[in-house]
Amino acid sequence: MKAIGIILAGGNNHRMKELTQKRAISAMPIAGSYRGIDFALSNMTNSRIQRVAVFTQYNARSLEDHLRSSKWWDFGRKQGGLSVFAPTVTSENSTWYRGTADAIWQNLSYLKNAHEPYVVITSGDCVYKMDYNKVLEYHIEKKADITVVVKDMPEGTNVERFGTVKMNEDCRIEEFEEKPLMAKSNTISCGIYIIRRRQLIELIERSAMEERMDFVRDILIRYKNVKRIVGYKTKEYWSNIASVDDYFRTNMDFLKPEIRNYFFGEYPNIYSKVEDLPPAKYNVGMSVKNSLISSGSIINGTVEDSVVFKEVFIGNNCYIKNSIILNDVYIGDNTHIENCIVEGHDTIRANSYYKGEDGIKVVVENSERYVL
Amino acid sequence: MIKKEMIAMLLAGGQGSRLGVLTAKVAKPAVSFGGKYRIIDFPLSNCINSGIDTVGVLTQYQPLRLNTHIGIGIPWDLDRNIGGVTVLPPYEKSANTEWYTGTANAIYQNIDYMENYNPEYVLILSGDHIYKMDYEVMLDFHKKNGAEVTIAAMPVPMEEAKRFGIVITDENRKIVDFEEKPENPRSNLASMGIYIFNWKTLKEALITKAEQPALDFGKHVIPYCHEKGAPLYAYEFNGYWKDVGTLNSYWEANMELIDIVPEFNLYEEYWKIYTKSNQVSPQYISGESVVERSLIGEGSEIYGRVYNSVIGCGVKIGRGTVVCDSIIMNDTVIGDGCEVNKGIIAENVVVGNRVRLGVGDEAENDTMPHIYNHGIATIGERSIVPDDISVGKNTVIAGVTGREDYPDGALASGKSLIKAGD
Repeated sequence: MKAIGIILAGGNNHRMKELTQKRAISAMPIAGSYRGIDFALSNMTNSRIQRVAVFTQYNARSLEDHLRSSKWWDFGRKQGGLSVFAPTVTSENSTWYRGTADAIWQNLSYLKNAHEPYVVITSGDCVYKMDYNKVLEYHIEKKADITVVVKDMPEGTNVERFGTVKMNEDCRIEEFEEKPLMAKSNTISCGIYIIRRRQLIELIERSAMEERMDFVRDILIRYKNVKRIVGYKTKEYWSNIASVDDYFRTNMDFLKPEIRNYFFGEYPNIYSKVEDLPPAKYNVGMSVKNSLISSGSIINGTVEDSVVFKEVFIGNNCYIKNSIILNDVYIGDNTHIENCIVEGHDTIRANSYYKGEDGIKVVVENSERYVL
Repeated sequence: MIKKEMIAMLLAGGQGSRLGVLTAKVAKPAVSFGGKYRIIDFPLSNCINSGIDTVGVLTQYQPLRLNTHIGIGIPWDLDRNIGGVTVLPPYEKSANTEWYTGTANAIYQNIDYMENYNPEYVLILSGDHIYKMDYEVMLDFHKKNGAEVTIAAMPVPMEEAKRFGIVITDENRKIVDFEEKPENPRSNLASMGIYIFNWKTLKEALITKAEQPALDFGKHVIPYCHEKGAPLYAYEFNGYWKDVGTLNSYWEANMELIDIVPEFNLYEEYWKIYTKSNQVSPQYISGESVVERSLIGEGSEIYGRVYNSVIGCGVKIGRGTVVCDSIIMNDTVIGDGCEVNKGIIAENVVVGNRVRLGVGDEAENDTMPHIYNHGIATIGERSIVPDDISVGKNTVIAGVTGREDYPDGALASGKSLIKAGD
């Protein structure tokens, strides 16, 4: 592949409520046994991109732990491989990443030292499968300066939390609004960009000189009438997980056989860190209906329409309905959990009752697992 | 100069012929176990958990699956700059080229490999047992006693002792005598086929006995060391250890994993068992399915009912199908409306719709009753079973079968259907 990759994984926002107190959104567990960033990383490796940088900032411990060995995505290479760039203090710079463009500027040597002609930029908090080579071919064919992957969202989607675009008949983006109050279109930017490396270096340097920090606002929107910015419309599954509702819905999408087959069944695969957990165990008196169960879990109670992550213990006579139980949760006997997301590594005492009444409730207990 | 205190040599070349069609295409150590594992994962994980980072794996019979499974040892953290895992097949020499003709002969042919690491001790393992053991503790025992050879042994019921190689020891666990499958055993300490040798002792014994045909540890090397007067000790092991040499013991060992708190517990944080797994996705249990007392591996999709079974990774079980007391290995597909009772179904098998497996009366297998018994219905890997077939007990099916292979749509109890040329 003639490109290097950048994955923006530093983000956090209030729409995730308590869930990102522990980790960046890109490190959120998803679909039972994956993390958000696995999708971007797998797409990179499956597109044969050999050199990838992940930019982290907010609460990166969990993410760095996940990325500690790059071999799971086939990035354990002498040539290229995976780099994780957290902000550092240098003689010229002593700030955090003040925006996406600033993050790239602070690591400009990564771009300058590469020799691949193109750069693929994506974010670590989206669930999708994409061959970036196809986007690159389109980028070249359209003689674009920047190609933005866009998607038509179904009516009724809350597109106001995304960037919305309007394209002309030649797919050139004429209007681009970031998080508009009133969206004029339901076509949104998926946060996936292709740009020539030298072009990117030039734009980033110029923005830095003008103290402009944000890639979308200060490059895409600011230059949209000067540079040729085109949209590449994807019809495939794409979902952003950066709000509690979207996170919940995306997980639940994996209960549909066609979604499971698209991500897990069809080649190429999505990779994740392998954790050597034993198979899931189903004991007497349990019942599981329409649910995803991950390895290392032990189920004694009833689970319906739910996604159970790795190493979860569900006690006797529990009732789990329409919920997401994150990694390594211990649920004591006789507990009722409905319409909830239970935060990872949590311990739920026996005889507890949780129900999301209007919308999804995030359960964070922090009780001690072993009472002495 | 490279120096490793102890290296391990893992004998993984055996066929395991009593596992029937399960080992038709793979060596016994590469047979699946417990849903996602292969038998060799247990000794390999024991090695790395015991701090042994240099392991030679001796292969001979059907090594392809074993080679791809082991690779460069990444799943066990055995990809090392110095040491790590090395697969050692038989090789051609300028003179006296031969296959591995016995356990000790295989080790003898790899003296150069061991010499490279300049070890103090060599641990000899076999790749066909299910157990967790800290070899470092055994080594401490070996050193403490000033032994030249230590044999791991476990107490077995006296009436079963005649099936094993028995060691007779004094009160300090020093070995005074051996008996191979004795009529009237004098002790119930059975050798587990796990030995620690001082490298000097092993090398000398192997070279001295090199001309012995089918050179074997139990029959030749250890008796030789004993006669020579080297101090031999028995290290008593009291944990879970299972020889899965027959279809029935293989079936039992799998079923024991299902117990609420199994004697052999895979869920402990300490002493993990590692394996190569390609599949990481979660498993799906559908709305109409029932699962009870079972283990299910990654990426499996269950639409039917599963009781008391061990299901591997990437398995599909169709609607209305009932699976009881069975082992179903990776990537096998079972159609809709089937019934599977006490079946062992190997990898990548396709079973059609409305197939009834393991039904009917008991009948002894007509060709290989010593292999196919205890009412188990066995299907070999990559087999295909067509729709609407009824298959009895003590049966075996291997290869791509069609309707015409089943007169009256049935394979009666005790019959074998092995298609040649597969």
